[in-house]
Amino acid sequence: MTNALDKFFTFLFYRKGLAIFLLLAPLLIWLGVVYLGSLFTLLIQSFFSIDSFSGVIKREFTLESYYDLFRQSTNWDIIIRTTTMAFTVTVVSAIIAFPIAYYMAMYAGPKLKPVLYLGVMLPLWSSYLVKVYSWKLIMAKEGILTWCLQELGLLHLLDVILSIPVIGGTSLSFSYIGMFLVFVYIWLPYMILPIQASLERIPKSLLEASSDLGGGPAQTFRKVVLPLAFPGVVAGSIFTFSLTLGDYIIPTIIGNSSYFIGMAVYTHQGTAGNIPLAAAFSMIPIIIMMVYLMIAKRLGAFDAL
Amino acid sequence: MPSKWNFGTIGLKLATILGFLFIHIPIFIIIMYAFSTDEKTFQFPLPGFTFKWFGVAWDRNDIWEAIILSSQVATISTILAIILGTLACLAVYRSKFFGREVISFLVILPIALPGIVTGISLRSAMSLFGIPFSTWTIVIAHATFCIVTVYNNVLARLRRSSHSMVEASMDLGANPWQTFRFVILPNIATALLAGGMLSFALSFDEVIVTTFTAGQQSTVPIWMLTEFIRPRQRPVTNVVAVFVILVTTIPILVAYYLTKEDEGGKK
Repeated sequence: MTNALDKFFTFLFYRKGLAIFLLLAPLLIWLGVVYLGSLFTLLIQSFFSIDSFSGVIKREFTLESYYDLFRQSTNWDIIIRTTTMAFTVTVVSAIIAFPIAYYMAMYAGPKLKPVLYLGVMLPLWSSYLVKVYSWKLIMAKEGILTWCLQELGLLHLLDVILSIPVIGGTSLSFSYIGMFLVFVYIWLPYMILPIQASLERIPKSLLEASSDLGGGPAQTFRKVVLPLAFPGVVAGSIFTFSLTLGDYIIPTIIGNSSYFIGMAVYTHQGTAGNIPLAAAFSMIPIIIMMVYLMIAKRLGAFDAL
Repeated sequence: MPSKWNFGTIGLKLATILGFLFIHIPIFIIIMYAFSTDEKTFQFPLPGFTFKWFGVAWDRNDIWEAIILSSQVATISTILAIILGTLACLAVYRSKFFGREVISFLVILPIALPGIVTGISLRSAMSLFGIPFSTWTIVIAHATFCIVTVYNNVLARLRRSSHSMVEASMDLGANPWQTFRFVILPNIATALLAGGMLSFALSFDEVIVTTFTAGQQSTVPIWMLTEFIRPRQRPVTNVVAVFVILVTTIPILVAYYLTKEDEGGKK
């Protein structure tokens, strides 16, 4: 038996092409057929339609679902609301992440660096649901945040913030501000790491050269550090943008029950049973992300990943 | 660093400390709430301290069922991801063929696209082909996005280890299988373990893709999600949350230490 196996492996050894093919085949079948096949099925289904009386899916090519999707202004609202949220979350995450990444890359010593790195990795990998849930506890009316503000005598400040039209609400956990906070919290580590990686790759000699040539710290930062770190920011933004675009848990658990793309997709396929419309709806984040990735590639973000 | 650079150090330090507090405090708050005597609300300061909810959670069958299902799914998906990922790595590492970039792209796609897209496309394909939802449909979905962790870890390790050892082994008369078993495998063992650990944690925690590919059964995250929306015993949810923190954190720490050692010197 082992002899036969030996022969088989030796046989393969002299046929490199075949060996590589056999090694790759399982993965290609899995991802190529199962995954890409599924994505393709989704695309096909978005061109089907649903019979409004019987609820049966008609398997004929039609643009009805796309027509339905773009005809209703509420769907436009959902798309605009989701992309605006994704954009705001991305910008704010980048602003918060940059100094942290900068400190990690430029100032932290060899002892502190791994600790900080792990300190970003752990929240990134640890349970997504638990993290969302913890904010429900924090932002609850009788919860820790209210208590803190009360002790500090700042409770009226919260009321002022919540009374802002559109982004405010009855309480923090039922408002866009609350939702926004949670999004930033959850995706922040995804922004820190690529920026830190790109800052780390800046040769220190460049900074010295800049200061030798008479560039002040601010000038060096603006003319040398920022342009070199920018691909890292774009790389991080791919995560924060894409993840916000597709998320439906945070708007379900925290927020004022206004719809986001993910929730719309979920409801159309589940409760309403309208898979073609759900499929058409999910093409929107795919297309947005494809455009986004193309721009990101132009900006050199892929080398920073 | 030249001393000129110190102008903003204090601000920078402060920003870093605040940032780290922001990303860590919420997790500690959850742990704290698991010991609260308060049953109905999320009252703070906590009215009292108790271990009671750990006992209550222990006796709940639905929790055990969810944990068992999650562990099964995570184990099988991880094994599948290890097999698929490692085989592909061996092929990609040994040769510079045209499709190398394509493979890396293909592997990363299931986590690069929003979870909802991965979820609904798998679901629509499954329903189109009449595949009934079961543990296996969850496994198919999870293995798909777990491959990337194994693939990246193993490929990084293979690139760092030198090819001359493989050549030496062949020169000394070992056949390809022996070379794999006694030279390559020990070399990539810790990377495999690290990738596997991350893959397990990833699967154990995944919720969006799971909601689309599970039938009536619930994994731990699905169980939690139902409790968030329709709470039965709030403190029990906090206990499960602490459990999930442990199950996902420990593999990450282990994986970190397993992959850290080869960054140092070994080449």
